[in-house]
Amino acid sequence: MKLEDEVIRRQRERAKLTALLLGAFVVLLFFITVAKIGINW
Amino acid sequence: MTNPAALPADWRDILALTKPRVMSLVVFSGLAGMLVAPQLPPLALGFAAILCIALGAGACGALNQWYEVDLDAKMRRTASRPLPAGRMDRQSALHFGVGLGVFSVILMGVATNWLAAALLAASILFYVLIYTVWLKPRTPQNIVIGGAAGAFPPLIGWAAATGQVDTLPLLLFAIVFLWTPPHFWALSLFVRSDYAAAGIPMLPVVAGVESTRRQIFLYSLPMAAAAVAPWPLGLAGVIYGVSAIILNFVFLVLAARVLANGTADPAQMEPEKHLFGYSVFYLFALFTVLVADRWVA
Repeated sequence: MKLEDEVIRRQRERAKLTALLLGAFVVLLFFITVAKIGINW
Repeated sequence: MTNPAALPADWRDILALTKPRVMSLVVFSGLAGMLVAPQLPPLALGFAAILCIALGAGACGALNQWYEVDLDAKMRRTASRPLPAGRMDRQSALHFGVGLGVFSVILMGVATNWLAAALLAASILFYVLIYTVWLKPRTPQNIVIGGAAGAFPPLIGWAAATGQVDTLPLLLFAIVFLWTPPHFWALSLFVRSDYAAAGIPMLPVVAGVESTRRQIFLYSLPMAAAAVAPWPLGLAGVIYGVSAIILNFVFLVLAARVLANGTADPAQMEPEKHLFGYSVFYLFALFTVLVADRWVA
């Protein structure tokens, strides 16, 4: 495999993972907000 | 592919930077601290707190590997890690570690309370600055004092749930603090040539194997006392009390076998390997029965 191909493959993998983690973070923030409203901290 | 470090790091190497196996014990003790607290936070906040403890531990692992890349390259056990093996550049590891640490502390404060966030920040700073940078390369007492960093998670878990610190989480802190020297010294006995090659003044390298074996046994005694203490103090019930006595009896027997072992040949250090393996099981089991005892009661 050429260096350029490997760079692109890794960048794609990391971009997908970053998107997944950001999505999960948004969901987590939503549930944290709901829980905070619920217990009125 | 001539220079792997010129490539963006593979996500598996980024994950390896967080030392996932160490993280599992940290997460477990943090979860135990939370589950034995008198009040539990809502599920989302509890999950966020444990996630923050895990991310904080990951930050410690990354910053430790960033700082110790030259030492890791000299030791067989650590030479294949992403940085010494050249699969990742140092600056990325530093940015990742600092970013993860700051993120974990802020999220902890927002999700639970700022006492838990302050304890998490203190544990990260203690591990990186006091243990990794200051103590580890300078003194054979590195593990003794540095053990405090690994003892924070149950305290953080409890603080995240209750917003305060009490006697039981302080005892859990003491248990992990006193457990750390026998645990690490058992390991360092049979990999001491690695530490000697890297110039790290671990106790077996500086004081010799006999002295280390004596210290392992001596530290196991107050550890056992601290581990049983929640029962007579009325902080845990009979399930925990009896289990703690059995678990600590076995620990002391294994520590005594280490004390009686006269060899300096790592190939003949079966008692040390048994103690090291058991010490991991011991902490998992002790905290599990503490949680079980609380929930049964």
